[in-house]
Amino acid sequence: MYDFAYHKASSVADAAAKAKGNDDAKFMAGGQTLIPTLKQRLARPSDVIDLAAIADLKSIAAGGGAVTLGAMATHASVAASADVKKAIPALAALAEGIGDPQVRNRGTVGGSVANNDPAADYPAAVLGLGATIHTDQRQIAADDFFLSVFTTALNPGELITRISFPVPEKAAYVKFPSPASRYAMIGVFVAKTAKGARVVVTGAGNGVIRIKSMEAALDKAWSAASLDGIAVSASACNGDIHGSSEYRAHLISVMAKRAVAAAG
Amino acid sequence: MPQVSMTVNGRPIKADVEGRTLLVQLLREKLGLTGTHVGCDTSQCGACVVHVDGKSAKSCTLLAAQLDGANITTIEGLAGADGKLHPMQEAFRDNHGLQCGFCTPGMVMSAVDLAKTNPNASEHEIREWLEGNICRCTGYHNIVKSIQAGAAAMQAAK
Repeated sequence: MYDFAYHKASSVADAAAKAKGNDDAKFMAGGQTLIPTLKQRLARPSDVIDLAAIADLKSIAAGGGAVTLGAMATHASVAASADVKKAIPALAALAEGIGDPQVRNRGTVGGSVANNDPAADYPAAVLGLGATIHTDQRQIAADDFFLSVFTTALNPGELITRISFPVPEKAAYVKFPSPASRYAMIGVFVAKTAKGARVVVTGAGNGVIRIKSMEAALDKAWSAASLDGIAVSASACNGDIHGSSEYRAHLISVMAKRAVAAAG
Repeated sequence: MPQVSMTVNGRPIKADVEGRTLLVQLLREKLGLTGTHVGCDTSQCGACVVHVDGKSAKSCTLLAAQLDGANITTIEGLAGADGKLHPMQEAFRDNHGLQCGFCTPGMVMSAVDLAKTNPNASEHEIREWLEGNICRCTGYHNIVKSIQAGAAAMQAAK
């Protein structure tokens, strides 16, 4: 790992001030992706600004028709939250399925969403529930947030503070993990919301995508059978040594049906 | 160079670290606590698992500087001051829960966290919990048996 200057931010304003004017500074949330990235010398920040001491970023709250997760809420704390389990059980279950227990004890929702790994779980819930990303500068709708692989609408130095997930009528997340890495080969988040059905896929290609043809079918009738015969083009999917693009496209249909069935 | 203070196995320590110094480097190289192992160094294998403020974490994926003020327990801190093994360590010995032993410190630390979080974990839950601990010798069966026995012994000792 290249060396860097380590800073502990005491507040959101302090973190923003420390990052201001320094494009080579990097925020660190739980560090479960950033530290492995640094170890592989895939990134060379001049400064790492640790957000862990900012207590008010760790809150988890349900109410007003939404679940709001502070950016520094760990996966373990979301998975164990009675409020989240009651309001959006699919969100708690998704958090419970990320990585392993030790990663879940440190990794955070804000870090996962800001990183936008193309096989990450959380972006599927953020887009699948039509969540709102609150930053220290503005609010961003999920539909406008995820741009491409590891790329989001966040400006340099902009910090996620919390993410607000509207409570759906029903929702579920089902993934097919790679047998080796356990990352999602394909994960599908489905939700029946006040604004219609949403079907979001992670792991397919350049980040999370909505499958509008499946959403339209579920708007007509919410059942797994409604998805019969709706194929996703293999050209929308990556192929690699773990599976061809045709295999991933097929998995989308299978996982989407399982998710609708699981949502009930 | 940042200075960090933390409690390691009940003992207060102070050390000068670089920003990039990993917790496992501080433990092994500066404090001589070589019971915590580095296996994969890519946060997958779990040989480096320690407890940070009572919860299991991978010490190869934490910066020492992050942990200023934290309470760290390593495998060396589990046994009693008189040398009596922790019930989970006893259970691994009794059930032959190791072969080469390289993964064992991480397995035991992970298992103790599970037994505290979910004292009556089923076999399935134990296997799920071991997602982040890789053993290439045992095939896991005796590790699972060890954890069942260790968790029961921890309950009984309460």
